[in-house]
Amino acid sequence: MALLSRITSILTLLEGPQTLGRGRRFWSGFALVVAAASAYPLFADGYDVGNNVYFFNWTFMALGLCLIWGYGGSLSFGQTAFFGIAGYAYGVLTINLGDAYGLTLFALVAAVLISAVCAAILGYFLFFGRISGVFLGIVTLSVTLVMERFISQTAGPEWHIGTARLNGFNGMGAMPSLTIPWPGGPIVLFPDVALYYVTLVLLILVYLGLRMLVNSRFGNVIVAIRENPQRAEMLGYDVRKYQLGTFIIGSSLAGLSGVLYTSWGNYITPASMGMTAASLPIVWVAVGGRSDLTTTLFGSFLVLIGFQALTIYGSQYALVVMGALLVLTVLVAPSGIVASAVLLVSKRWMRKKPQSGEVS
Amino acid sequence: MDVLYSAFSLLYQSGDAFAFLVLSACGLAVIFGMMGVINLAHGEFILCGAYVSTSATHMGLPLPLAIALGAGVAGLIGMLLERLIVRHLYSRPLDTIVATWGISMIVTQGTLIVLGSTMQGTGTPFGSFVVGNYSYSVYRIVLMGMALATLAALWLVFTRTRFGVLARATIQVPHIAQALGVNTGLIYSLTFGLGAALAGLAGGLYAPTMTLVPTMGSAFIVEAFVTVVIGGADIFLGTAPAAAILGVVKAALTSWQGQLAGQIGMLLAVIVVIRILPRGISGWILKERA
Repeated sequence: MALLSRITSILTLLEGPQTLGRGRRFWSGFALVVAAASAYPLFADGYDVGNNVYFFNWTFMALGLCLIWGYGGSLSFGQTAFFGIAGYAYGVLTINLGDAYGLTLFALVAAVLISAVCAAILGYFLFFGRISGVFLGIVTLSVTLVMERFISQTAGPEWHIGTARLNGFNGMGAMPSLTIPWPGGPIVLFPDVALYYVTLVLLILVYLGLRMLVNSRFGNVIVAIRENPQRAEMLGYDVRKYQLGTFIIGSSLAGLSGVLYTSWGNYITPASMGMTAASLPIVWVAVGGRSDLTTTLFGSFLVLIGFQALTIYGSQYALVVMGALLVLTVLVAPSGIVASAVLLVSKRWMRKKPQSGEVS
Repeated sequence: MDVLYSAFSLLYQSGDAFAFLVLSACGLAVIFGMMGVINLAHGEFILCGAYVSTSATHMGLPLPLAIALGAGVAGLIGMLLERLIVRHLYSRPLDTIVATWGISMIVTQGTLIVLGSTMQGTGTPFGSFVVGNYSYSVYRIVLMGMALATLAALWLVFTRTRFGVLARATIQVPHIAQALGVNTGLIYSLTFGLGAALAGLAGGLYAPTMTLVPTMGSAFIVEAFVTVVIGGADIFLGTAPAAAILGVVKAALTSWQGQLAGQIGMLLAVIVVIRILPRGISGWILKERA
C-alpha cells in the first residue's frame, strides 16, 4: 500500500504549477497526439518514417535547453558542445566495441554519461564562480566554438582513439546503429519504423519525466532561483548546486540528442557544434516558448519542419528566416510565439464560457 | 644572440596576440561596459568593416582611408540597429543577446547569398623585416601600434570630451544623468555606434591579413568574448590588462604547440580565472581600491 501511494504521489506531479495543461481535456489531447504519432507509420512509407525520426532526435536537446534556460533562467549557448561530445563518444565507442551483445546500448548510456561529466566539470567552474546572465551565454558559446575548431583539425591519421579515426572537418562516419539484442536475432535500428517507435517512446518518457521533475520540489526551487536568486539563497537553498544540477540534466539531454542523431545518420561532423548549429536550439526554444515544456516541444517541431521545408525550396534563405524569426520573437512575443498563442486562445475560451471553465 | 632573437620572437608574438585581442574586444567592451549588453553581432560588424574597406581598396582608395570608411560604415549601421532593435531590449539583457544573435545569422547568411562565398583580398602591405633566422611582417607591428593608439584614443574620448563625461555619467546612474538633462537615449545610440565602429576598425585592419569569408567574424568573437569576460566591465582597467595577460598566455602556448593550443589554453585559463575572479580583473581591481 505504501508503495502504491508513493507511485500515485509521484504521478500527481505530472501536472502542477510549473507546466501548462491539466485536467481531462489536456490529457485527452495528449492521448490523441500520441495515438496519431503512433498511427503515423501505418499510413506512410517506411523510408519517410525513418527520415522523420530526424525531427525527434533534436527535441531532446530542445527540452534540455528549455529546462536550463526557461525554467532555470541560465542562458546556455553551449548545448551543441554536449551534443557533439556525446555523438563523437558514441562513434568512438561503437567503432571500437562493435554492435554485438547490446554493446551499442552500453555506448549510448556511456556517451550520455560522458557528456554529463563534461557538463559537470564546466558547470562547476561557471556556477561555483557565480557566473550568470550574459557571461554564462558567451562562455558556453566560446567553449562550443573552440570545440568545433579542435575537432575540425583532427584530420590526420594521428588523431584516432582505438580504431576510430576522428577525420577532422569531414566528420566521423560508419559507426553502427543502435542495436537491441533479441532472442530471434538482434534488431538493428536503421532509420525505419522500429527506430521511429523507440525514439517516440523515449521522447514521451523524457517529456513526462521532465514534467514530473519541474513540478517536484527541485523544479519549484529552480523556478524560484530564476525569479530571484538572492531570495532563494536567503531561504536557505544553495543556488549553485541547483543550477549545476539543472545544467547537468539539460546537457545530458543534449548528449542524448547527439547519440540518437549519430546513430540515426551513422555520421557526425564538427559542424554540428558550430555557430550555426548552436543557434538553432535557441531558435526552437525561443520561438516555442521557453518557460514551458509543452510549448517548447510544439515550437521545436514547428520550427524544425518549417526549416526543413525552407531548406528544400530555398536552401539559402532558411537561415535568414530563422534569424528573422528569432529577432521577431524577442521583439514581439518575448515569451514565445506558441506560448503567446496558447495563452491568447485559452483566455478567449475562458471568457466565452465562464461557467464551464475549470478553476486553474 | 640566439637568446635575444627568441626573446624578440616571443615579444613579437605576444604583441601580435595583444593587438588582436585589444582590437577585437574593445568594441564589445565599450558596448558591454555602457549598457550591460553583449552584442553577439559583433563578429558581423567586423565582417562589415573588412568587406567595406576591402571593396574600397579595390576601387582605388588608399588603405588608411579605406579602413576608416569601413569603421564609419559599421558605426552607422550600429547606430541604426540600436535605434531599430536593441533600444527596445535594454531592460532584458538576455533577450538582447538572443536578438543580436538573430541579426548575426541574418547578416552572415545574407552576405553569403549576396556576395558569394569569398571575396578577393588585398594582400598584406609593407613587406617584412628579418631578425635572426625569422622574418616578421611590418604590418603586424603597425597593428600593435594601432591597438595602443586605439586605447589611447578611447581614453581621451572618455576622459577629455563632453561625450565622454556624459557617457560616464550615464554608465554610473542613468536616471540621475537623465534628470540632469543628459539625452541618455542619444548617448546609448552613440556608444553602440562607437562599439560597432571599433569592430569595423578591427575588421578593416585585419582584412589584409585574412581570407574574406562571410563567417570570418567568428574567428574574432571567441577572443573578444574571453577578453571581455575576464576583463570585466571597464575597458581600461579590464580589457587592456586582460588582453596583455591573455596575449602572453596565447603567444607562449602558440609557439609551443601551435595556433589551436593557444586558443584552447586561453579558454581554459579564462574558465579557471572566472572561478577565482567572478567579476573580472576590473571588478577585482575596483574592489581592492574601494
